[in-house]
Amino acid sequence: MATTTEVLVIGGGSTGTGIARDLAMRGVDVTLVEQGNLTHGTTGRMHGLLHSGGRYAVADQASATECIEENRVLRDIAGHCVEMTGGLFVKRPEDTDEYFEEKLEGCRECGIPAEVLSAEEAREVEPYLAKDIDKAIEVPDGAVDPFRLVVANAVSAEEHGARIETHAEVVDLLTDGDEVTGARVEHDSGPGKREHGLPGETEDIHAEHVVNAAGAWSGQLGEMAGVDIEVRPSKGVMVVMNVRQVDTVVNRCKPKGDADIVVPHETTAILGTTDEEVEDPEDYPEEGWEVDHMIDELSELVPILSDARTIRSFWGVRPLYEPPDTGTTDPTDITRDFFLLDHADRDGIEGLTTVVGGKFTTYRMMAEDVTDHVCDLLDVRASCTTADEPLPGSEDLDRLESAMDDYGLRSPVARRSKERLGSYAPDVLGTDEPNPVLCQCEAVTRAEVQHAIGQAGTDLNAVRLRTRASMGNCQGGFCCHRVANELHPEYDAETADASFDELWQERWKGHRHALWGEQLSQAMLNHTLHATTWNRDGDDAYIDWDAFASPARAATDGGSHDRD
Amino acid sequence: MIGTEVLVVGGGLAGSVASLSAAREGAQVTLVSKSESTLQQASGLVDVLGRVDGDLVADPFAAIENLADDHPYSVVGTDALRGGLALLDDVAGDRYRGGDRNALVPTTQGTVKPTLRYPASVAPGVAGDGRETLLVGISTDPDFDAKRAAESLDGTVPGDVRGVTVRFPRLRDDAKRTRYAKLLTEDDEFRDALVEKIAPKVDGADRVGFPAVFGEDPAFVRAELEERFDAAGEPVSVFEVPTGPPSIPGTRLRDLLRHELEAAGVELVTGVPVVDFEAEPAADGNDASELVTKVVVDRNGARVPYAPEQVVLATGGLVGEGIDSERDRVYEPIFDLHVPHPEDRYDWSAEGAFGDHAFARFGVRIDTDGRALDAGGAVAFENLRAAGAVVGGADTAAQKAASGVSLATGWRAGTRAATAVNQS
Repeated sequence: MATTTEVLVIGGGSTGTGIARDLAMRGVDVTLVEQGNLTHGTTGRMHGLLHSGGRYAVADQASATECIEENRVLRDIAGHCVEMTGGLFVKRPEDTDEYFEEKLEGCRECGIPAEVLSAEEAREVEPYLAKDIDKAIEVPDGAVDPFRLVVANAVSAEEHGARIETHAEVVDLLTDGDEVTGARVEHDSGPGKREHGLPGETEDIHAEHVVNAAGAWSGQLGEMAGVDIEVRPSKGVMVVMNVRQVDTVVNRCKPKGDADIVVPHETTAILGTTDEEVEDPEDYPEEGWEVDHMIDELSELVPILSDARTIRSFWGVRPLYEPPDTGTTDPTDITRDFFLLDHADRDGIEGLTTVVGGKFTTYRMMAEDVTDHVCDLLDVRASCTTADEPLPGSEDLDRLESAMDDYGLRSPVARRSKERLGSYAPDVLGTDEPNPVLCQCEAVTRAEVQHAIGQAGTDLNAVRLRTRASMGNCQGGFCCHRVANELHPEYDAETADASFDELWQERWKGHRHALWGEQLSQAMLNHTLHATTWNRDGDDAYIDWDAFASPARAATDGGSHDRD
Repeated sequence: MIGTEVLVVGGGLAGSVASLSAAREGAQVTLVSKSESTLQQASGLVDVLGRVDGDLVADPFAAIENLADDHPYSVVGTDALRGGLALLDDVAGDRYRGGDRNALVPTTQGTVKPTLRYPASVAPGVAGDGRETLLVGISTDPDFDAKRAAESLDGTVPGDVRGVTVRFPRLRDDAKRTRYAKLLTEDDEFRDALVEKIAPKVDGADRVGFPAVFGEDPAFVRAELEERFDAAGEPVSVFEVPTGPPSIPGTRLRDLLRHELEAAGVELVTGVPVVDFEAEPAADGNDASELVTKVVVDRNGARVPYAPEQVVLATGGLVGEGIDSERDRVYEPIFDLHVPHPEDRYDWSAEGAFGDHAFARFGVRIDTDGRALDAGGAVAFENLRAAGAVVGGADTAAQKAASGVSLATGWRAGTRAATAVNQS
């Protein structure tokens, strides 16, 4: 199979979908391919911080300034993905006054609103802060749902004519002499929405220009075109807590170091993180001491964390990049700035642009720069409107807020559903069919799951990312089967089973990092339900029925005391 | 100090069986539990041994012979299992069915599950006889998709299986199973309306299965529904498909045991966690051995001490918090009994969700008498026995053996505790 498009974007993270949206809105014909789900790479594995810029206000003021600008843009265009929690930089007695003052000064220099709070004032904002803290700086940090944001970008791109293909891995770049002319893509299960069990298919996508936005994988793509892109992947651990121990982003006010941030995210709080260079973005150790380190260090800021329940942990890999010969040794010192690599200029290879580095908060700005560059090459004159045009789901939120009813749902369920769905809420929740809650932990109803299946097909991990179903305390023990039920009868039972199992195995992978105390009890309860009550842990394709008892055969069964 | 001959800690299946078997041997028994039994989370099926090394087991008594030496069944012996089963059969009467071979019961997930004892309301649904089955799901109940389960079962079991989903009349979307049960039990018009919806779909099926929502008296609800199907010209057997929590058959089993405990004169004290104990050297001159002399419970903040002659610990496993853990250790929280476990917590679980999990085997070890052992393999306290999920050594969830292990170890602990009381 062969197709053509003007621009092929490789990578379905925030950068790639942001570029696809921007290009599509400027009238460019664009196809985006992603090897896994949307947010498969770094985007899906971040702590969910919407930077105020405060974290970079001392060491990297250019980044800090960009952050506060984009922070304001995202509040405008992506209201249903953002929660403005506010943030604190907390100084403990052992942290220096000099740095505290530098941080405050830096924020002000970068236009980041910053107020000093006394220890008492800080504890009024966050009652669980340690008793012995000195003071804090309050900044407009927030929380952002990366999945919802990326899905909204992809939906917007599609609405403007883009083609988005997930589970479509680039196996080679197509070249013509010194020019990249497209990519060979392997679809996991046919093109289009994912459907378990469909045969794979190979497609050659010919494009006038190819954008490499593959993040930690962009070096591997570069190799396919014979260009050297030295991405320096750096891993970081994130530990997910069972509840929001804090409602404000809590940062430790010290120069640099790991385990220095707690981000309230949806129903959870996420502890982060570390910064350690790894060889392979897909294969690196995930170790218990990293989890312990987060809990132990951050308990100094928020002591109740030491005995709280964690529900899972995950690791992300930052696609850090620095120009050749910079030679930074400590990954924490590698710039968080992004780089646009024009391979025609840089390597004499036409038709390929790579974008590397950068931060989630400024994804839109990066996308705008890359899109400007590509549009220049293609001689497209339209200008960027992504900073002004709300994302799907975030249109007219104020008006909707007052107009929306509760759709017959209990109020906490209605509130949470509407927060996730934004302006989709009336269409999705206004159903005449029974709409029971499927995921109790995250208050996700059948209607919302059905809506997500409509977008994601049989990929229940993609349904999870859209709805948060199975992301709460029980880690899917009590809802994965319900979500799988919703695939039937559109998809057959075998497909539903395969999708169920894939989701269940994915949940287990992160759950394993939290198995002690209450969460180990939860794992045992889940094991009992799935293995004992449902007997899901065996492959019983062949059964010797005559060996088993049967009430209808009781009369001839000798030893049985069946009475039916 | 409150004197008692046998103090049983924990009111689940194992604690109930231990209490009943001790009481039937003439001992005076007090059963203390910290909360309501977790039986309502269990399906109500009584599994004995359904899977070994990945294979389904048809004859559990034969398969038990091949289990490892440290499996709880191997330790307490088949006679203990026979004893526990006989007690259950006596208590359950015609409410439970089953013989010496496992039956394969359909589950809400479209699998079949091997089990030895099952509620009479489940019996007509047992797979294997080739009778045609219609499964009925409720559109507001997201746990049981009858059509999906039927499609899976249809590919596995002899005889056709079909599914239908109906909207139960007069129910909110978030109605609890107990609400369905109440309407089915009490409301004639509700039953009429329900059968009226389903009868046209029966289409010659021999049996009709509902999720287990038939309330406290399933025989009555089944008879009422069967009568209506008969009247509609569709004679069928009506049965229940067991569910996960909250489980009505599990609740029935809990109530059945509770009633029997009361009838047997067992003193039941609920809502009292054990918070402390005292022990002293046993009088028999063996300086290594100790006796538990005092067990303290917390009753609304007050410490209430018991002075038992014999103690049975039946506090459950990781789920019931009879076994607890921290980042670097696994322990038994009341008597600090030895719980073998790998040092590195990443060795507590396997990489795959259905892997060979060490955590599923966590628990204390016992001797043939049911007495808990210390790290050296010696009896920890002369008068302390352990029963049920607090006993480790086997992944009874994967083996579909948890209930049977509770019966066997509960019966062993209860009868031996009574014997010890009678000898003193």
